[in-house]
Amino acid sequence: MADEVKLFGMWASPYSRRVQLALKLKGIPYEYIEEDLSNKSSLLLKYNPVHQKIPVLVHNGKPIAESLVILEYIDETWRNNPVLLPQDPFERSMARFWAKFIDEKILITARKVSFNTGKEQEQAIEELTEQLKLLENELKGKPYFAGEAIGYLDIVVANFLVFWFRNLQEALGINMFTQEKFPIIFEWIKKLIKINVVEECRIPKERHLIYIRTRLEALKSASK
Amino acid sequence: MADEVVLLDFWASMFGIRVRIALAEKGIKYEYREEDLRNKSSLLLQMNPVHKKIPVLIHNDKPICESNVQVQYIDEVWHDTAPLLPSDPYQKANARLWADFVDKKTKGEEQARAKKEFMESLKLLEGELGDKAYFGGENLGYMDIALVSYYCWFHVYEKFGDFSIEAECPKLIAWAKRCMQKENVANSVPDQQKVYEFALHLKKIFGIE
Repeated sequence: MADEVKLFGMWASPYSRRVQLALKLKGIPYEYIEEDLSNKSSLLLKYNPVHQKIPVLVHNGKPIAESLVILEYIDETWRNNPVLLPQDPFERSMARFWAKFIDEKILITARKVSFNTGKEQEQAIEELTEQLKLLENELKGKPYFAGEAIGYLDIVVANFLVFWFRNLQEALGINMFTQEKFPIIFEWIKKLIKINVVEECRIPKERHLIYIRTRLEALKSASK
Repeated sequence: MADEVVLLDFWASMFGIRVRIALAEKGIKYEYREEDLRNKSSLLLQMNPVHKKIPVLIHNDKPICESNVQVQYIDEVWHDTAPLLPSDPYQKANARLWADFVDKKTKGEEQARAKKEFMESLKLLEGELGDKAYFGGENLGYMDIALVSYYCWFHVYEKFGDFSIEAECPKLIAWAKRCMQKENVANSVPDQQKVYEFALHLKKIFGIE
Protein backbone atom coordinates (compact mmCIF):
# COMPACT_ATOMS: atom_id res chain seq x y z
CA MET A 1 0.00 0.00 0.00
CA ALA A 2 1.49 3.31 -1.01
CA ASP A 3 1.84 6.00 1.61
CA GLU A 4 -0.16 9.13 1.08
CA VAL A 5 1.58 12.16 2.48
CA LYS A 6 0.27 15.71 2.31
CA LEU A 7 1.73 18.85 3.75
CA PHE A 8 -0.32 21.96 4.38
CA GLY A 9 2.16 24.79 4.53
CA MET A 10 2.89 28.42 3.84
CA TRP A 11 5.77 29.51 1.64
CA ALA A 12 7.19 32.13 4.04
CA SER A 13 6.88 30.13 7.23
CA PRO A 14 10.11 28.72 8.67
CA TYR A 15 8.01 26.14 10.54
CA SER A 16 6.51 24.91 7.30
CA ARG A 17 9.89 24.83 5.53
CA ARG A 18 11.32 22.70 8.35
CA VAL A 19 8.92 19.93 7.57
CA GLN A 20 9.55 20.22 3.82
CA LEU A 21 13.27 19.90 4.40
CA ALA A 22 12.82 16.81 6.57
CA LEU A 23 10.59 15.16 3.96
CA LYS A 24 13.02 15.96 1.15
CA LEU A 25 16.05 14.78 3.10
CA LYS A 26 14.34 11.46 3.69
CA GLY A 27 13.21 11.28 0.08
CA ILE A 28 9.54 11.00 1.03
CA PRO A 29 7.16 11.89 -1.81
CA TYR A 30 4.42 14.28 -0.72
CA GLU A 31 1.75 16.60 -1.99
CA TYR A 32 2.23 20.21 -0.95
CA ILE A 33 -0.80 22.39 -0.39
CA GLU A 34 -0.20 26.12 -0.05
CA GLU A 35 -2.47 27.77 2.50
CA ASP A 36 -3.63 31.35 2.38
CA LEU A 37 -3.43 32.25 6.05
CA SER A 38 -5.96 35.05 5.66
CA ASN A 39 -8.43 32.57 4.22
CA LYS A 40 -7.75 29.13 5.65
CA SER A 41 -9.11 26.18 3.75
CA SER A 42 -11.81 24.02 5.25
CA LEU A 43 -9.46 21.05 4.91
CA LEU A 44 -6.85 22.73 7.13
CA LEU A 45 -9.48 23.57 9.74
CA LYS A 46 -10.69 19.98 9.59
CA TYR A 47 -7.19 18.56 10.07
CA ASN A 48 -6.06 21.01 12.72
CA PRO A 49 -9.17 22.17 14.56
CA VAL A 50 -7.34 22.95 17.80
CA HIS A 51 -4.60 25.28 16.58
CA GLN A 52 -5.81 25.98 13.03
CA LYS A 53 -2.22 26.56 11.99
CA ILE A 54 0.21 25.32 9.44
CA PRO A 55 2.21 23.19 9.02
CA VAL A 56 0.03 20.12 9.18
CA LEU A 57 1.25 16.80 7.88
CA VAL A 58 -1.44 14.35 6.85
CA HIS A 59 -0.20 10.77 6.60
CA ASN A 60 -2.70 8.31 5.16
CA GLY A 61 -5.51 10.57 6.31
CA LYS A 62 -4.15 11.11 9.83
CA PRO A 63 -3.16 14.68 10.72
CA ILE A 64 -0.13 15.67 12.76
CA ALA A 65 0.40 19.29 13.81
CA GLU A 66 3.21 21.34 15.39
CA SER A 67 6.42 21.40 13.38
CA LEU A 68 8.70 19.86 16.01
CA VAL A 69 6.20 17.09 16.72
CA ILE A 70 5.96 16.48 12.96
CA LEU A 71 9.76 16.24 12.62
CA GLU A 72 9.90 13.54 15.29
CA TYR A 73 6.97 11.73 13.70
CA ILE A 74 8.71 11.73 10.33
CA ASP A 75 11.89 10.38 11.87
CA GLU A 76 10.04 7.62 13.74
CA THR A 77 7.88 6.57 10.80
CA TRP A 78 10.46 6.65 8.01
CA ARG A 79 13.52 5.16 9.57
CA ASN A 80 15.77 5.48 6.51
CA ASN A 81 18.81 7.76 6.37
CA PRO A 82 19.38 10.42 7.30
CA VAL A 83 18.25 9.59 10.83
CA LEU A 84 17.28 13.01 12.09
CA LEU A 85 17.37 12.65 15.87
CA PRO A 86 20.41 11.29 17.71
CA GLN A 87 20.22 7.70 18.94
CA ASP A 88 21.63 8.46 22.36
CA PRO A 89 18.90 9.68 24.78
CA PHE A 90 21.12 12.40 26.23
CA GLU A 91 22.06 13.78 22.81
CA ARG A 92 18.38 13.59 21.87
CA SER A 93 17.38 15.59 24.92
CA MET A 94 19.98 18.24 24.00
CA ALA A 95 18.60 18.47 20.45
CA ARG A 96 15.07 18.89 21.79
CA PHE A 97 16.21 21.46 24.36
CA TRP A 98 17.88 23.64 21.72
CA ALA A 99 14.96 23.33 19.31
CA LYS A 100 12.68 24.56 22.09
CA PHE A 101 15.11 27.36 22.86
CA ILE A 102 14.91 28.50 19.27
CA ASP A 103 11.12 28.39 19.14
CA GLU A 104 10.46 29.79 22.59
CA LYS A 105 13.25 32.28 23.05
CA ILE A 106 15.14 33.11 19.88
CA LEU A 107 12.12 33.57 17.64
CA ILE A 108 10.49 35.84 20.20
CA THR A 109 13.60 37.99 20.47
CA ALA A 110 13.79 38.12 16.67
CA ARG A 111 10.24 39.47 16.62
CA LYS A 112 11.20 42.11 19.17
CA VAL A 113 13.98 43.14 16.81
CA SER A 114 11.46 43.47 13.94
CA PHE A 115 8.77 45.36 15.76
CA ASN A 116 10.90 47.85 17.63
CA THR A 117 13.11 50.75 16.67
CA GLY A 118 15.72 52.86 18.40
CA LYS A 119 16.81 51.81 21.86
CA GLU A 120 14.36 48.95 22.20
CA GLN A 121 15.60 47.48 18.96
CA GLU A 122 19.21 47.85 20.08
CA GLN A 123 18.44 45.99 23.29
CA ALA A 124 16.64 43.26 21.39
CA ILE A 125 19.58 42.94 19.00
CA GLU A 126 21.93 42.54 21.96
CA GLU A 127 19.70 39.89 23.49
CA LEU A 128 19.45 38.05 20.18
CA THR A 129 23.21 38.17 19.69
CA GLU A 130 23.73 36.56 23.10
CA GLN A 131 21.19 33.86 22.36
CA LEU A 132 22.73 33.10 18.98
CA LYS A 133 26.16 32.86 20.57
CA LEU A 134 24.81 30.25 22.99
CA LEU A 135 23.49 28.34 20.03
CA GLU A 136 26.77 28.66 18.15
CA ASN A 137 28.53 27.05 21.11
CA GLU A 138 26.62 23.88 20.37
CA LEU A 139 28.33 23.63 17.00
CA LYS A 140 31.88 23.73 18.37
CA GLY A 141 33.92 20.74 17.30
CA LYS A 142 31.20 19.30 15.06
CA PRO A 143 30.51 19.72 11.35
CA TYR A 144 26.73 19.80 11.99
CA PHE A 145 24.57 20.36 15.06
CA ALA A 146 23.55 16.71 14.79
CA GLY A 147 27.17 15.52 14.52
CA GLU A 148 28.66 14.07 11.37
CA ALA A 149 25.62 14.60 9.21
CA ILE A 150 22.64 16.94 8.97
CA GLY A 151 19.86 16.23 11.48
CA TYR A 152 16.92 17.57 13.48
CA LEU A 153 18.59 20.58 15.04
CA ASP A 154 20.30 21.55 11.78
CA ILE A 155 16.89 21.58 10.11
CA VAL A 156 15.44 23.80 12.84
CA VAL A 157 18.36 26.24 12.93
CA ALA A 158 18.72 26.37 9.14
CA ASN A 159 15.13 27.33 8.59
CA PHE A 160 15.17 29.97 11.22
CA LEU A 161 18.58 31.51 10.69
CA VAL A 162 19.63 30.85 7.16
CA PHE A 163 16.31 31.08 5.38
CA TRP A 164 14.22 33.37 7.49
CA PHE A 165 16.31 35.61 9.68
CA ARG A 166 18.85 36.61 7.05
CA ASN A 167 16.02 37.93 4.89
CA LEU A 168 14.43 39.62 7.88
CA GLN A 169 17.59 41.49 8.79
CA GLU A 170 18.03 42.67 5.22
CA ALA A 171 14.43 43.89 5.11
CA LEU A 172 14.99 45.74 8.39
CA GLY A 173 18.25 47.26 7.20
CA ILE A 174 20.28 45.83 10.07
CA ASN A 175 23.31 43.64 9.91
CA MET A 176 23.73 41.81 13.17
CA PHE A 177 24.15 38.30 11.85
CA THR A 178 27.57 38.41 10.23
CA GLN A 179 30.49 36.11 9.57
CA GLU A 180 32.68 38.19 11.88
CA LYS A 181 30.35 37.70 14.82
CA PHE A 182 29.41 34.10 14.11
CA PRO A 183 32.27 32.40 12.28
CA ILE A 184 31.32 28.88 13.32
CA ILE A 185 27.73 29.21 12.17
CA PHE A 186 28.85 30.69 8.86
CA GLU A 187 31.15 27.71 8.27
CA TRP A 188 28.20 25.46 8.92
CA ILE A 189 26.02 27.42 6.49
CA LYS A 190 28.62 26.94 3.74
CA LYS A 191 28.38 23.17 4.24
CA LEU A 192 24.62 23.24 4.44
CA ILE A 193 23.90 25.06 1.20
CA LYS A 194 25.94 22.48 -0.71
CA ILE A 195 23.16 19.98 0.03
CA ASN A 196 20.72 20.15 -2.90
CA VAL A 197 17.49 19.79 -1.00
CA VAL A 198 18.51 22.50 1.44
CA GLU A 199 18.75 25.01 -1.42
CA GLU A 200 15.42 23.73 -2.74
CA CYS A 201 13.74 24.55 0.55
CA ARG A 202 15.04 28.07 0.74
CA ILE A 203 12.39 30.78 1.01
CA PRO A 204 12.57 32.73 -2.28
CA LYS A 205 14.44 35.86 -1.23
CA GLU A 206 12.99 38.68 -3.31
CA ARG A 207 9.44 37.57 -2.70
CA HIS A 208 10.19 37.20 1.00
CA LEU A 209 11.70 40.67 1.29
CA ILE A 210 8.57 42.19 -0.24
CA TYR A 211 6.39 40.08 2.05
CA ILE A 212 8.26 41.14 5.19
CA ARG A 213 8.30 44.81 4.23
CA THR A 214 4.58 44.76 3.48
CA ARG A 215 3.76 43.12 6.79
CA LEU A 216 5.93 45.53 8.77
CA GLU A 217 4.28 48.48 7.06
CA ALA A 218 0.84 47.09 7.82
CA LEU A 219 1.75 46.60 11.48
CA LYS A 220 3.17 50.10 11.76
CA SER A 221 0.08 51.71 10.32
CA ALA A 222 -2.18 49.54 12.44
CA SER A 223 -0.45 50.72 15.59
CA LYS A 224 -0.77 54.41 14.71
CA MET B 1 27.60 0.80 37.38
CA ALA B 2 24.90 2.29 39.54
CA ASP B 3 22.91 5.17 38.12
CA GLU B 4 23.21 8.44 39.92
CA VAL B 5 20.13 10.61 39.57
CA VAL B 6 19.73 14.03 41.15
CA LEU B 7 16.75 16.35 40.77
CA LEU B 8 17.18 20.07 41.44
CA ASP B 9 13.67 21.28 42.09
CA PHE B 10 11.32 23.63 43.93
CA TRP B 11 8.45 22.12 45.92
CA ALA B 12 5.62 24.11 44.27
CA SER B 13 6.85 23.95 40.70
CA MET B 14 4.44 22.26 38.33
CA PHE B 15 7.34 21.48 36.05
CA GLY B 16 9.20 19.77 38.86
CA ILE B 17 6.08 17.77 39.72
CA ARG B 18 6.09 16.23 36.25
CA VAL B 19 9.60 14.92 36.66
CA ARG B 20 8.88 13.60 40.15
CA ILE B 21 5.88 11.66 38.86
CA ALA B 22 7.86 10.23 35.94
CA LEU B 23 10.71 9.13 38.21
CA ALA B 24 8.23 7.55 40.66
CA GLU B 25 6.36 5.74 37.90
CA LYS B 26 9.61 4.21 36.75
CA GLY B 27 10.70 3.36 40.28
CA ILE B 28 13.93 5.31 39.92
CA LYS B 29 15.84 6.14 43.07
CA TYR B 30 17.06 9.71 43.07
CA GLU B 31 18.29 12.47 45.30
CA TYR B 32 15.87 15.39 45.58
CA ARG B 33 17.46 18.76 46.23
CA GLU B 34 15.29 21.71 47.11
CA GLU B 35 16.46 24.98 45.54
CA ASP B 36 15.94 28.39 47.08
CA LEU B 37 14.89 30.36 44.02
CA ARG B 38 16.05 33.63 45.52
CA ASN B 39 19.48 32.13 46.16
CA LYS B 40 20.18 29.58 43.46
CA SER B 41 22.90 27.03 44.08
CA SER B 42 26.09 27.12 42.05
CA LEU B 43 25.23 23.60 40.89
CA LEU B 44 21.96 24.83 39.39
CA LEU B 45 23.67 27.71 37.62
CA GLN B 46 26.35 25.36 36.34
CA MET B 47 23.92 22.69 35.17
CA ASN B 48 21.40 25.04 33.55
CA PRO B 49 23.43 28.05 32.48
CA VAL B 50 21.02 28.97 29.69
CA HIS B 51 17.80 29.35 31.70
CA LYS B 52 19.06 29.05 35.30
CA LYS B 53 15.75 27.38 36.19
CA ILE B 54 14.49 24.28 37.90
CA PRO B 55 13.80 21.48 37.44
CA VAL B 56 17.18 20.15 36.38
CA LEU B 57 17.63 16.41 36.10
CA ILE B 58 21.22 15.29 36.52
CA HIS B 59 21.91 11.72 35.38
CA ASN B 60 25.44 10.48 35.99
CA ASP B 61 26.61 14.11 36.04
CA LYS B 62 24.89 15.02 32.76
CA PRO B 63 22.20 17.71 33.01
CA ILE B 64 18.87 17.60 31.22
CA CYS B 65 16.63 20.68 31.27
CA GLU B 66 12.99 21.47 30.38
CA SER B 67 10.32 19.31 32.02
CA ASN B 68 8.82 17.74 28.90
CA VAL B 69 12.31 16.98 27.58
CA GLN B 70 13.18 15.44 30.96
CA VAL B 71 10.08 13.22 31.03
CA GLN B 72 10.86 11.96 27.51
CA TYR B 73 14.47 11.34 28.51
CA ILE B 74 13.36 9.32 31.54
CA ASP B 75 10.99 7.32 29.36
CA GLU B 76 13.73 6.56 26.81
CA VAL B 77 16.48 5.62 29.26
CA TRP B 78 14.33 3.54 31.59
CA HIS B 79 12.31 2.06 28.79
CA ASP B 80 11.70 -1.34 30.37
CA THR B 81 9.12 -0.21 32.94
CA ALA B 82 5.88 1.71 32.84
CA PRO B 83 6.04 3.25 29.34
CA LEU B 84 4.95 6.88 29.44
CA LEU B 85 4.71 7.50 25.72
CA PRO B 86 2.86 5.19 23.32
CA SER B 87 5.03 3.17 20.95
CA ASP B 88 2.94 3.98 17.89
CA PRO B 89 4.43 7.07 16.20
CA TYR B 90 1.02 8.63 15.51
CA GLN B 91 -0.21 8.24 19.09
CA LYS B 92 3.15 9.45 20.33
CA ALA B 93 2.80 12.55 18.17
CA ASN B 94 -0.68 13.13 19.58
CA ALA B 95 0.55 12.88 23.18
CA ARG B 96 3.38 15.32 22.40
CA LEU B 97 0.99 17.73 20.71
CA TRP B 98 -1.38 17.88 23.68
CA ALA B 99 1.44 18.17 26.23
CA ASP B 100 2.74 21.07 24.15
CA PHE B 101 -0.75 22.58 24.11
CA VAL B 102 -0.88 22.43 27.92
CA ASP B 103 2.33 24.41 28.16
CA LYS B 104 1.34 26.99 25.60
CA LYS B 105 -2.14 27.61 26.93
CA THR B 106 -1.85 27.36 30.68
CA LYS B 107 1.50 28.95 31.38
CA GLY B 108 2.22 31.61 33.94
CA GLU B 109 0.33 34.55 35.24
CA GLU B 110 -1.66 34.97 32.06
CA GLN B 111 -4.63 32.89 33.15
CA ALA B 112 -5.64 35.32 35.85
CA ARG B 113 -6.21 37.80 33.06
CA ALA B 114 -7.36 35.38 30.44
CA LYS B 115 -9.87 33.30 32.36
CA LYS B 116 -12.03 32.70 29.32
CA GLU B 117 -9.14 31.41 27.21
CA PHE B 118 -8.02 29.23 30.10
CA MET B 119 -11.44 27.63 30.45
CA GLU B 120 -11.65 27.12 26.69
CA SER B 121 -8.32 25.33 26.75
CA LEU B 122 -9.50 23.14 29.61
CA LYS B 123 -12.62 22.26 27.65
CA LEU B 124 -10.50 21.26 24.65
CA LEU B 125 -8.39 19.08 26.92
CA GLU B 126 -11.53 17.54 28.37
CA GLY B 127 -12.62 16.75 24.81
CA GLU B 128 -9.31 15.03 24.12
CA LEU B 129 -9.73 12.92 27.26
CA GLY B 130 -13.17 11.74 26.15
CA ASP B 131 -14.27 8.63 27.98
CA LYS B 132 -10.80 7.34 28.66
CA ALA B 133 -9.62 6.83 32.22
CA TYR B 134 -6.38 8.65 31.40
CA PHE B 135 -5.07 10.60 28.42
CA GLY B 136 -2.66 7.69 28.03
CA GLY B 137 -5.55 5.20 27.87
CA GLU B 138 -5.73 2.57 30.58
CA ASN B 139 -2.66 3.91 32.34
CA LEU B 140 -1.03 7.17 33.23
CA GLY B 141 1.05 8.49 30.33
CA TYR B 142 3.13 11.43 29.16
CA MET B 143 0.17 13.71 28.57
CA ASP B 144 -1.38 12.94 31.98
CA ILE B 145 1.90 13.81 33.64
CA ALA B 146 2.14 17.07 31.71
CA LEU B 147 -1.30 18.22 32.83
CA VAL B 148 -1.73 16.79 36.32
CA SER B 149 1.31 18.77 37.39
CA TYR B 150 -0.92 21.85 37.16
CA TYR B 151 -3.67 20.35 39.29
CA CYS B 152 -2.40 21.73 42.60
CA TRP B 153 -2.47 25.17 41.02
CA PHE B 154 -6.09 24.85 39.81
CA HIS B 155 -7.25 25.67 43.31
CA VAL B 156 -5.13 28.84 43.16
CA TYR B 157 -6.59 29.92 39.81
CA GLU B 158 -10.10 29.23 41.03
CA LYS B 159 -9.66 31.33 44.14
CA PHE B 160 -7.88 34.18 42.33
CA GLY B 161 -10.23 34.14 39.38
CA ASP B 162 -13.34 33.41 41.43
CA PHE B 163 -14.66 30.54 39.35
CA SER B 164 -15.12 26.81 39.62
CA ILE B 165 -13.28 24.52 37.24
CA GLU B 166 -15.30 21.54 38.38
CA ALA B 167 -18.54 23.23 37.38
CA GLU B 168 -17.36 23.72 33.80
CA CYS B 169 -15.11 20.69 33.35
CA PRO B 170 -16.33 17.94 35.66
CA LYS B 171 -14.75 15.15 33.61
CA LEU B 172 -11.36 16.81 33.80
CA ILE B 173 -11.57 17.19 37.57
CA ALA B 174 -12.70 13.57 37.84
CA TRP B 175 -9.61 12.60 35.84
CA ALA B 176 -7.38 14.71 38.09
CA LYS B 177 -8.81 13.08 41.20
CA ARG B 178 -8.26 9.66 39.63
CA CYS B 179 -4.61 10.57 39.05
CA MET B 180 -4.27 11.82 42.60
CA GLN B 181 -5.39 8.43 43.89
CA LYS B 182 -2.19 6.97 42.50
CA GLU B 183 0.53 6.91 45.12
CA ASN B 184 3.24 8.11 42.71
CA VAL B 185 1.22 11.17 41.83
CA ALA B 186 -0.02 11.97 45.34
CA ASN B 187 3.51 11.77 46.70
CA SER B 188 4.88 14.05 43.98
CA VAL B 189 2.28 16.77 44.27
CA PRO B 190 2.37 19.34 47.08
CA ASP B 191 -0.66 20.07 49.21
CA GLN B 192 -3.14 22.40 47.46
CA GLN B 193 -3.53 24.62 50.51
CA LYS B 194 0.23 25.07 50.83
CA VAL B 195 0.46 26.03 47.18
CA TYR B 196 -2.36 28.53 47.62
CA GLU B 197 -0.60 30.14 50.59
CA PHE B 198 2.59 30.29 48.55
CA ALA B 199 0.75 31.95 45.67
CA LEU B 200 -0.71 34.53 48.04
CA HIS B 201 2.77 35.19 49.30
CA LEU B 202 4.08 35.67 45.74
CA LYS B 203 1.17 37.94 44.97
CA LYS B 204 2.06 40.11 47.93
CA ILE B 205 5.74 40.30 47.01
CA PHE B 206 5.26 40.97 43.34
CA GLY B 207 1.94 42.73 43.55
CA ILE B 208 0.59 40.54 40.76
CA GLU B 209 -3.08 40.76 40.11
